[in-house]
Amino acid sequence: MSPDLLKLIFGRLGFESLPLHEPIVVGTFAVVALGGAALLGALTYFRLWGYLWREWFTTVDHKRIGIMYMILGIVMLLRGFADALMMRGQQMLAFGGSEGYLNAHHYDQVFTAHGVIMIFFVAMPLVTGLMNYVVPLQIGARDVSFPFLNNFSFWMTVGGAVLVMASLFIGEFARTGWLAYPPLSNIGYSPDVGVDYYIWALQVAGVGTTLSGINLVCTIVKLRAPGMTMMRMPVFTWTSLCTNVLIVASFPVLTVVLALLSLDRYVGTNFFTNDFGGSPMMYVNLIWIWGHPEVYILVLPAFGIFSEVTSTFSGKRLFGYTSMVYATVVITILSYLVWLHHFFTMGSGASVNSFFGITTMIISIPTGAKMFNWLFTMYRGRIRYELPMMWTIAFMLTFVIGGMTGVLLAVPPADFVLHNSLFLIAHFHNVIIGGVVFGAFAGISYWFPKAFGFKLDPFWGKLSFWFWVTGFYLAFMPLYVLGLMGVTRRLRVFDDPSLQIWFVIAAIGAGLVLLGIICMLVQFAVSFLKREQLKDVTGDPWDARTLEWATSSPPPDYNFAFTPVVHDNDAWWDMKKRGYQRPLNGFKPIHMPSSTGTGIILAGLATAMGFGLIWYIWWLAAASFIAMFAVGIGHTFNYHRDFDIPAEDVIRTEDARTKLLAGAK
Amino acid sequence: MNTDTHAAHADDHHHGDGHAHGTFSTYMLGFVLSVVLTAIPFWLVMSGALPSKQITALLIMAFAVVQIVVHMIYFLHMNTTSENGWSMMALIFTIVMVVIALSGSLWVMNHLNSNMMPIHQMSGMK
Repeated sequence: MSPDLLKLIFGRLGFESLPLHEPIVVGTFAVVALGGAALLGALTYFRLWGYLWREWFTTVDHKRIGIMYMILGIVMLLRGFADALMMRGQQMLAFGGSEGYLNAHHYDQVFTAHGVIMIFFVAMPLVTGLMNYVVPLQIGARDVSFPFLNNFSFWMTVGGAVLVMASLFIGEFARTGWLAYPPLSNIGYSPDVGVDYYIWALQVAGVGTTLSGINLVCTIVKLRAPGMTMMRMPVFTWTSLCTNVLIVASFPVLTVVLALLSLDRYVGTNFFTNDFGGSPMMYVNLIWIWGHPEVYILVLPAFGIFSEVTSTFSGKRLFGYTSMVYATVVITILSYLVWLHHFFTMGSGASVNSFFGITTMIISIPTGAKMFNWLFTMYRGRIRYELPMMWTIAFMLTFVIGGMTGVLLAVPPADFVLHNSLFLIAHFHNVIIGGVVFGAFAGISYWFPKAFGFKLDPFWGKLSFWFWVTGFYLAFMPLYVLGLMGVTRRLRVFDDPSLQIWFVIAAIGAGLVLLGIICMLVQFAVSFLKREQLKDVTGDPWDARTLEWATSSPPPDYNFAFTPVVHDNDAWWDMKKRGYQRPLNGFKPIHMPSSTGTGIILAGLATAMGFGLIWYIWWLAAASFIAMFAVGIGHTFNYHRDFDIPAEDVIRTEDARTKLLAGAK
Repeated sequence: MNTDTHAAHADDHHHGDGHAHGTFSTYMLGFVLSVVLTAIPFWLVMSGALPSKQITALLIMAFAVVQIVVHMIYFLHMNTTSENGWSMMALIFTIVMVVIALSGSLWVMNHLNSNMMPIHQMSGMK
């Protein structure tokens, strides 16, 4: 075939795009391909495709979508953590003239992919998954406001993750760092597909995140159970509301800044170039207007989880509910006023730097207030050291350290010394792992019995906990030291042999975290095998306080047979205290949304479009774009959007629960 | 879809939603206003009626802001009481965010521009 025709069909994709010269990537591909083939084979052998399609892929049930988000987050955690191990290994070895085992081309992709994956495809899915699962239950709703949109959002997030994963084996990923600053990310310095993979993965996933933000804001504002005023909402719902408001307000900025970068790359505009009036500094400014709220998007729900866990396991009402709510709102607003602290050194001068330095330090006040609220909740409480509470205490200790180094970095003169050093790396891992990851784990172990009807095995959970916590400290405390000694981030080889010991300690820490992750996977398997022993028949295994514990574990499709009526904060605790009796008759048919395959089809087409744009396969991009429109319009003619669960089904489900509850007593 | 899905559910919720709906005349008024507000900037640019390009640009932006308000009132049916005041609250929040992002960016970029751009330093040195 003529080269022109090949180019028309395959764009810039060719055999030379496959990274066959990288033995590590080829090895990984072999393992992934074998594992993937085994998984697909098993699904086919056990005839699970129909079940998966009907019950999971096309579902609009917020609970199942939440669980799928969690699975996505955990799978991507394995990928992102593999990148982390590779970096720790490289930096441990590359001393005294050794080049380590990763070449620069590969290493630069590894640290970029690590950052992108951990933020967008691990932390975001974990947080969104928990919000999706818990929020409708906590406010006594049957589903989110827009159930189909929820399914679509999830699959768009998966589409972004698929593009990032594809870059490992087809072509390459960006070598720019996780925020892809120009001019490095512009076409002149990154002519390959790496940055295009970055752009389209984030654009596709970003649509999903924005839509799910809108969805959850609507859900919290419109679907609360009667009696649940704003100041009676559980704290997790409050933090979810603030997080989703932040998502809605900040993700459009990311979308626009990436769109401008793609215009620079695809059609030769000069928004962020060095000449023709472009300014790369504008990119840095804009992306941090999204980027700073983003870290609060991640950590606010974690704060909510810790609030729920602390009050449940201390057996007390949360101390200072009102101040907790106001602290959350204040952090929401302030998170918009601090973005410049990510680039103090770019040269904005004393007045600008001091303004943003001071606003940054002010954020520690509401955050500190939250810390004291949790402490006072525990004070004189009957604390039960179950797994979620252990994660919470580990969070409190760890996050305070990360918070203090954060305030230190907020001082502009200090930042001039520490900017882009490993001190900064240690700081943000300290707050993101100590806050968001520990929070997600606390949330998983806390709500797991609600989602699956049995508790997680505590032995393997505690093992995982101790490996994670000690591993975290061993991995990141040396980075503080190295940062103070002046080591900058993203280095591949080192000259000074006296630094090596710190990198060795950090690598050992990463190894311990690996054990922690393995123990967690074992924990899931062991808990599944021991599910009869760990069974929760009451629906309220922790003697908890909020509405999600009022229904069965796992909850029926319709969540609540009757919408609960709320009279107090800690609605379920209040109901228990007043001797609440479950209604046993008078059930009515329940109106529910129907499943639809449109979400996954649309997201698949969007992913194909992204792939076409990345490889300049214009026919594919155009065809999938048109197909997306067609499917979208076609969906508006779908009039089978809802159905009624017949009253008999409701009665059968509720009677089964009545029997279980009677058996438990 | 939302109202359908939760029709049974919504009975339990008494948020007293103040849904405002437009009439033919309000839609028409909005349409005419937005056409006029689009036509004037076009005319300003095409005819070059104003001597200064800067004033023209500022005027166009002012018309754009008025255009946004027209859309919000006549097409999105926003007023101070719709949706229990949530619309108004969301609007205020949006304005605060946009003002922070725009004014902050202008402030920051102005400083960066005067401190960091080599061309300006050279012209200052003359």
